[in-house]
Amino acid sequence: MGSQTPLYGCHVEAGARIVDFGGWDMPLHYGSQLEEHHAVRKHAGVFDVSHMTVVDLSGAGAKEFLRRLLANDVAKLKEQGKALYSCMLNTDGGVIDDLITYYLAPDRYRMIVNAATRNKDLAWINEQAAAHAVDVAERPELAMIAVQGPNARSLAAAVIGDQWREAALALQPFYALEAGDLFIARTGYTGEDGWEIVMPVAQAAGFWRQCLDAGIKPCGLGARDTLRLEAGMNLYGADMDESISPLEAGLGWTIAWDPQDRDFIGRGPLTEMRANPDRRRFSGLLLESKGVLRNHQRVVVEGKDDGEITSGGFSPTLERSIAMARIPAGEYKHAQVEVRNRLLDVRVVSMPFVRNGKIRIDL
Amino acid sequence: MSELPGDLTYTKEHEWLRQEEDGSITIGITDHAQTALGDLVYVELPEVGQEVENGGEMAVVESVKAASDVYAPIGGTVTQVNDALADDPEMINADPYGDGWIVRLQPSGDAGETMDPDAYQAFIYALDE
Repeated sequence: MGSQTPLYGCHVEAGARIVDFGGWDMPLHYGSQLEEHHAVRKHAGVFDVSHMTVVDLSGAGAKEFLRRLLANDVAKLKEQGKALYSCMLNTDGGVIDDLITYYLAPDRYRMIVNAATRNKDLAWINEQAAAHAVDVAERPELAMIAVQGPNARSLAAAVIGDQWREAALALQPFYALEAGDLFIARTGYTGEDGWEIVMPVAQAAGFWRQCLDAGIKPCGLGARDTLRLEAGMNLYGADMDESISPLEAGLGWTIAWDPQDRDFIGRGPLTEMRANPDRRRFSGLLLESKGVLRNHQRVVVEGKDDGEITSGGFSPTLERSIAMARIPAGEYKHAQVEVRNRLLDVRVVSMPFVRNGKIRIDL
Repeated sequence: MSELPGDLTYTKEHEWLRQEEDGSITIGITDHAQTALGDLVYVELPEVGQEVENGGEMAVVESVKAASDVYAPIGGTVTQVNDALADDPEMINADPYGDGWIVRLQPSGDAGETMDPDAYQAFIYALDE
């Protein structure tokens, strides 16, 4: 048996199929993963993401520390509550984790990192923090619930106290608000509008039940994965890891190269890789025929080295199979994927596949 | 756990077999199998007329989660496939012992080991423990 979030009992009560995810007993689905996926695209779904790790950073040196720790630059964060997506790199430029940092005050930031990488992340962050005037505090006493979908905010607003409702609804995308006990962020991992809400463990079950009462559908990790795949959002451990740089994981846009004198960890090796025209691309694939693309399948490109699918699956919105893949450099629109000893045609497409309920590629 | 149909036999690969009056055998996957796989999204069927060996790969069922081979529980010739699954693979989730059937074979070769409903029920209970 793994670790359990404060909502474990709610999941069992709702008939969840429980699976191990990074040492946590988490809901895979509550009956039908496909229905949960469609609910988020068309209406509203609620996810328990309490397994994720909340880390608060405070102190006069917090900003300079994060400018060293992260490949993206927290100096871009000028407004209270603004969020920044970034990779945290090792000294070789490989990705230790991807995370979101929220700017709360000049000497106070909140980071939310992945569950499966918790131990190594905390060890790395604490090791790097030793040289800075910063206090690093994990917040295991907090739970996190994500409500996602076109109607998620309007429905979940009823669950938020009167005092904070208006301010919460006024949040712009990628901004967060400290609302008493709650921390409400207009962020997510589905490609739909919504909030991720951090709260004391003691409030989590009540909040969850009120979301269900408001007509928001409980959704498991299965739907979370197909939603993020359609949205072109990377999954740590599948699409990138410590041996892969953000440049080969489609995350070049998250690297802040300017100012040039900012010496973030991994900058040197990353600069060399950036100059290499042969570095692999990260792209979306659309299967032209029926079938399902899966992780680790071989991508065959005529006259080039093989590529590999890093995340593949069935897209419920497109009703076709899609994938993210690391493929050889160059401009080409067609490739093949080896599926059970047969080569199937795929089209190389730019991501996202789906965003805000709309299909974004030509089928 | 739903009741297992009494007129079927079952394999350790979580397939079911129905002896038809014309001597053919209809094959599908069990409720236990479809539950474990989750929502099915694609079924790869054999060609009618294809010869299959006992224990050989005969079809592939793919769910949102994974691909799973369907093995021939007996040697023979494929006489019919459930073409409706091409557009409607989730029929296997909805009705695994009925509309969600997969292949019909005319047996000619060896049959593998099968279980009656009670033995299969005991087999899946043991797996869950």
